[in-house]
Amino acid sequence: MFEVSELSKHFGGVAAVDNVSFSVDKGEIFSIMGPNGAGKTTVLNLISRFYDVDVGTIRFAGQDITRVSPHEIASIGIARTFQNIELFERETVLQNLLIAHYIHRQTNVLSDFLFLPHVRRQEVKFRKEAEDIIDLLHLQRYREQRIHALPFGVRKLVELARALCLKPKLLLLDEPSSGLNPEETEDLSFWIEDINKDLGITILMVEHDMNLIGHLSNRVLALSSGRSIALGTPIEVKDHPDVIRAYLGT
Amino acid sequence: METFFQLLISGIAQGCVYGLVALGFVLIYKATEMVNFAQGDMMMLGAFFTITLINDLNWEYFPAIIAAILAMGVVGLFLERVLFRRMIGESPFAVLMVTIGLGYVLRSVAGMIWGHNPLSIETPYTDIRLHFGTVVLPAADVVVVAATVVLCALTYLFFRYTRFGVAMQATSQNQLAAYYAGIPVKRVVAASWALAAAIAAIAGILLIPLKSAYPEVGLVLGIKAFAAAIVGGFGSLPGAMIGGLVIGLVEIFTKYGIDGRVGFSVSDTSVYVLILVMLIVRPSGIFTSTQRKKV
Amino acid sequence: MRFVLKTDYHHDVDIFRDRVQLGWYAALIIFVLSLPIFWGTYLESQLTLVFLWSIAGAGLMILVGYTGLISLGHAAFLSVGAYTHAIFLDLGVPPFTSIPLAMLLCSALGVIVSIAALRMTGIYLAIATLAFAMIVEKILKNWSSVTGGNTGFKVASPELFGWELNSTLYYYVCLLVLMVVMLCVTNLLRAPTGRTFLAVRDSEISAQATGINLIKTKTLAFAVSAALTGLAGALLAHQMHYLFPDSFNLFTSIKLLMLVIIGGLGSMWGVIFGAIFMTLLPDLIATLREWLPDFIGNLPGLEPFTFGLILILFLIFEPQGISGRWQKIRLFIGQFPLYRKRTFRRQKSFLRTERVH
Repeated sequence: MFEVSELSKHFGGVAAVDNVSFSVDKGEIFSIMGPNGAGKTTVLNLISRFYDVDVGTIRFAGQDITRVSPHEIASIGIARTFQNIELFERETVLQNLLIAHYIHRQTNVLSDFLFLPHVRRQEVKFRKEAEDIIDLLHLQRYREQRIHALPFGVRKLVELARALCLKPKLLLLDEPSSGLNPEETEDLSFWIEDINKDLGITILMVEHDMNLIGHLSNRVLALSSGRSIALGTPIEVKDHPDVIRAYLGT
Repeated sequence: METFFQLLISGIAQGCVYGLVALGFVLIYKATEMVNFAQGDMMMLGAFFTITLINDLNWEYFPAIIAAILAMGVVGLFLERVLFRRMIGESPFAVLMVTIGLGYVLRSVAGMIWGHNPLSIETPYTDIRLHFGTVVLPAADVVVVAATVVLCALTYLFFRYTRFGVAMQATSQNQLAAYYAGIPVKRVVAASWALAAAIAAIAGILLIPLKSAYPEVGLVLGIKAFAAAIVGGFGSLPGAMIGGLVIGLVEIFTKYGIDGRVGFSVSDTSVYVLILVMLIVRPSGIFTSTQRKKV
Repeated sequence: MRFVLKTDYHHDVDIFRDRVQLGWYAALIIFVLSLPIFWGTYLESQLTLVFLWSIAGAGLMILVGYTGLISLGHAAFLSVGAYTHAIFLDLGVPPFTSIPLAMLLCSALGVIVSIAALRMTGIYLAIATLAFAMIVEKILKNWSSVTGGNTGFKVASPELFGWELNSTLYYYVCLLVLMVVMLCVTNLLRAPTGRTFLAVRDSEISAQATGINLIKTKTLAFAVSAALTGLAGALLAHQMHYLFPDSFNLFTSIKLLMLVIIGGLGSMWGVIFGAIFMTLLPDLIATLREWLPDFIGNLPGLEPFTFGLILILFLIFEPQGISGRWQKIRLFIGQFPLYRKRTFRRQKSFLRTERVH
């Protein structure tokens, strides 16, 4: 359902991503791994259109999305999280989730100004849906707290919650375990599994915690210096000689 | 042809003053990411210091300007210590508003002390005119240009070859990294303010013979210098000087070239139109490139 | 401290927290409605000014306080609103048509300015709006066949359905307009559209990732902001009787910014606090002059000095403005004696610049 073919991106003379192709099947958890600077995050940034693609195409649900604007990606059905967390720092957790309902709105500026009855009905509906996500990720006690007062681990969850509010078909996770302690990482892996199984959301994840990848993913793509070096099940990729070389050096 | 040369040199001279004030803007912006809207008013203060030393205390010209420059340096240090050190880590908008407030305070204090009538001084080069063939130039214009060239050379050498200049450059690129590398960031920032204030004083001293000094002189001039900094790309020191020259020349040539023909003042507006066009066409300026935040 | 038990999601959507709060607001409105009965004409006209500056401030607050875009040129929208309204009245257009026309023209200009805004942020935007305002001022000065240039433009006295409004009736008209504006802005901010403003203010990257169109949002913020400021300008025209090109200049733009900062960024109450403060401060200074010793009291620059100083003090010691201070005081009373200063402490650090050289 999601397909990247012959994707390349250069920064100056450096090839950050070089002729990478892969496809993600519906319902799958697909991981991209690789050492630092392998171009993993760049791939995500290309998919969510924060960078312009130099060469190659990105297709999602039969549609070519290589050239759409970054804000259209969410309505197409792709949500993402960020490696270093990008939240609306000055708002409450609840407000962050409500902002993410924007793409589901059926009102316009004029009706918002007058707060017509259907705006109110829509607000209550959004509020209810946000509460469902809060329940799912156990964020109740943080509901009215502002983001900048929250610990790092909770912020990661809030970001995940916000991505879920977009009701995506494909969820991009950028290093979900970075900055988390082992216990938090374990919780996270259960939630990712739940999101995949119960909500039926396909997941494309960039990660370098091998345990998490091995535990969760159906297939893994290994990148090194922007090039794809191995693709297969976690065990196949882990033991692939090129992958071992990329991690340990030659 | 003679008129052209006279316009050219007076446009360049005016542009040099804009450029010097812009230099102060850029210096502070590079070191601290703060935009000092009161830079023009600091220039005004420097001019008034000189006037007081020469007219009221009967100092000689050269000791007076050196004292004024040093005094403004101290004022810069003082402002950094009292106001801007507290603003480290605040939003650029808050800092901008503090400097706007500071501008109000400086202008009204200057008005209380020196009154609102334009003041001027006798300089060693007042009333001297230089003859180049058929072209007659006022010495004041030539002095401004010469002094600016010397000052630019000194600034360049300072940033290129002194330890402190290099530390300032490092701080301007990344305060946190500079701090980790053992650079005393607070002292560097303070020094940037002192330097910017001193340069403002020099601009003020050079301005007096061209325009004479009054409390509001720095306001509009500050905005035009700001335009100069933008034309040059906000992060670039040579850019600021070139931006100043562009603004000075555009202003003077629209004034003499167009105003007389269309019957109303285009020159007042030309600078602002230039800023708008510049910002829309090439917001990063002529000389620098900015990139977006990395995620 | 009162606690409210929320039993329904409608509670989260409502403007007022509960009946007690609604009661306070009702009492306040009755109080303001009854003021002209007790007070003299001077205070009445000062309060009318407070209402009008509040409307203009609400316009700027949407832009600065909620969308995080800076404008150093909002005086331009005030003067365009004032001139358009006055000129249309002069041509015999009824006020119910001329005011919307003035607002429409202002928001069209706002959209044009925002085209510049799309490419830049922060300081660059501030200077672009400043240049825009300067150009508007020069055009008003030079286009004397329409605006009267420096001789000024006489504004017709306010009329409603052919009835001339005296100052007390005008007070009520302005109050009504302010209340409608406040209600509309509050509505906008609790609906999806208003939340996009907050999103753009806090993180453009996240906003894009959640499907918000930055260009559309910024343009809309500018259009709404300009229209409200233009509305204030149109109503102010009647208070000023004569319009001059520099009636609204750079200092007016700065005054509006001071209003929203001193009032408190990101709070609609802040707009009203700020408007009261900015309107009454000159009176306060005038009164103070009589008490101060002559050598200070007679100084001409006392007013701008005080404005500048107060602005600086607020930015350093209370960046949340009067409304932020008010919240702290309320919390202090509500939690007495458990209030902790640390609740509001913010962490500061050296800059990690996002510029790349």
